[in-house]
Amino acid sequence: MSVTEQQYAPGEHPDLPPPLGEAGLIAWFKKRLFSSVGNTILTLVAVFFLYHVLSAIIFWTLTGATFTGETKADCDLGGACWLVIGDRFHQFMYGLYPTDQYWRPNLTFILMVVAIVPVLFDNIPHRGKFLLFSAIFPFIAFYLLSGGWGLETVDTDEWGGLLLTLVLGVTGIVASLPIGIVLALGRRSNMPIVRTLCVCFIEFIRGVPLITILFMASNMLPLFLPEGVNFDKLLRALIGVALFSSAYMAEVIRGGLQAIPKGQYEGADAMGLSYWQSMRLIILPQALRIVIPGIVNTFIGLYKDTTLVSIIGLFDLIGIGLVAVADVKWRGLAPETYAFIALLFFISCFAMSRYSLWLENKLHTGHKR
Amino acid sequence: MSNASTNTSKKTDEVAIQLNGVHKWYGQFHVLKNINLNVQRGERIVICGPSGSGKSTLIRCINRLEEHQQGDIIVDNIELTGNLKNIDAIRREVGMCFQHFNLFPHLSVLENCTLAPIWVRKMPKKEAEEIAMHYLERVKIPDQAAKFPGQLSGGQQQRVAIARSLCMNPRIMLFDEPTSALDPEMIAEVLDTMIELAETGMTMLCVTHEMGFARKVADRVIFMDGGEIIEQNEPEEFFNNPQSERTQKFLSQILAH
Ligand SMILES: Nc1ncnc2c1ncn2[C@@H]1O[C@H](COP(=O)(O)OP(=O)(O)OP(=O)(O)O)[C@@H](O)[C@H]1O
Ligand SMILES: [Mg+2]
Repeated sequence: MSVTEQQYAPGEHPDLPPPLGEAGLIAWFKKRLFSSVGNTILTLVAVFFLYHVLSAIIFWTLTGATFTGETKADCDLGGACWLVIGDRFHQFMYGLYPTDQYWRPNLTFILMVVAIVPVLFDNIPHRGKFLLFSAIFPFIAFYLLSGGWGLETVDTDEWGGLLLTLVLGVTGIVASLPIGIVLALGRRSNMPIVRTLCVCFIEFIRGVPLITILFMASNMLPLFLPEGVNFDKLLRALIGVALFSSAYMAEVIRGGLQAIPKGQYEGADAMGLSYWQSMRLIILPQALRIVIPGIVNTFIGLYKDTTLVSIIGLFDLIGIGLVAVADVKWRGLAPETYAFIALLFFISCFAMSRYSLWLENKLHTGHKR
Repeated sequence: MSNASTNTSKKTDEVAIQLNGVHKWYGQFHVLKNINLNVQRGERIVICGPSGSGKSTLIRCINRLEEHQQGDIIVDNIELTGNLKNIDAIRREVGMCFQHFNLFPHLSVLENCTLAPIWVRKMPKKEAEEIAMHYLERVKIPDQAAKFPGQLSGGQQQRVAIARSLCMNPRIMLFDEPTSALDPEMIAEVLDTMIELAETGMTMLCVTHEMGFARKVADRVIFMDGGEIIEQNEPEEFFNNPQSERTQKFLSQILAH
């Protein structure tokens, strides 16, 4: 490829557009997929496998699947039998929540979206007012879901399915970030008592499995509480999940704090900012930004770990799934049930992951060199 | 100590900074040894000396980025002790510029400048922004106000850092080798800014090896070595007629290049 370079007098060279990439679909294919014999073979083998796997998946989930019918006997196409999902759809969504009260979780869900959007995106108009709503949303949600004061009371034993998973996941996420920040700052504190307390807490929680903490919260905690004091099983699970993930969160955030150069602390000090001001305005914004992938990683892990509560007798998505699988009417439909649950989890987790990527790009202010 | 002042001196008789018998150790290492220094209001002091002689440590003790263990430091009539109130009061009056600028990379240039006035001086945002623009104009980069520090050249960053300190309206400015991380052409623009600042009568303590700057604006040049003040004099005397052998050696080394 020899293009004759045009000659310019020294100092006269104009700005030229960058060279075009090798254009065309065919060139792209040739370069990426068929550049050598070995590459061509690999490409063909991969295409062969992809074709088989994908066609099997599409057959099972869609073309060979049954979507309408009454009983398992209607499922005769060879693929998935989605009737079980349709039959138990309400349980998957609400658990045993009273049927005539479904509007309450629905309304709570809509309000949750309204509350979360201004937290996630800073370019919406009137963000300040919406944030105020976000701050009081937990109380509204609690009132709507559990009732009292004019609404029929719904015991937390009756909450279940996606509703329960979301309650656990969202509460865990919302609580673990601030607790994690406080723990991380405490672990780096100059005050020996604060530091020791934080280190002990983090190391203890990280040293035991979540399932142990949940068991302790549901079985052992009542033994330590004074007679007559007994609080809700769900609340105990919530506290267990939140404490567990905040210990992990603390270590993720500490990693970010560690990465901030000493000069930033000195710059803030020299300008007369107080400890909390410099943390809030200078150090944490930078530290959290660095560890966004780690934070979202912890969120996703926490969200999925909430499924463990099915073991202490709460009916989250997995708990409802176990009931559905055990139903004689739908015997042998475990793959469909678990595939559906997997899909619900995948949607939430994938959304979190995409949001974190978007946020990283947005917060990039050219200081990474 | 020489009291002769140059024609452009804005020095007054009021004392701005007073160090009496200051000692500091890093662990076992005795880094500052019996430092005695009085700085008048409006006085411009240049501190020089070989690497590791304790210059940075000395000026960082003045706004308590480092703690001294013995002796008194009195800044603006406030004694520097463990008392957090005093430390805050002093830091509000003392601005500092660092070798590596220490701008906040997640904030725009304008936000860097308005942060402390808003949060420390409780100034309304609009007023703080007006003041910030005023100082950004003075350091000749008002057009960069919306950019982030990572998008500026080193010289521009250092001028932002100077503007940021000035926004707090300090009575004393400390500089720790503000030009030593910069390329020659950027050094000139930063020094010009500092010279202009000196002409306004600001009390300045400046660690630098820019001897041209020292000759031009300093009222006094201080030479440190091994944690001690070896010699101090007005610039003409200091450069033309150094008293101690160590000073002579140091000067011959840095002026040789
Ligand atoms: N945090 C610290 N812990 C222990 N020793 C330190 C610390 N900071 C500085 N020192 C030591 O104290 C001495 C003085 O340091 P200082 O930074 O004040 O020197 P300097 O005169 O500013 O040198 P330079 O011209 O290289 O900046 C050096 O020997 C250095 O190694
Ligand atoms: Mg130094």
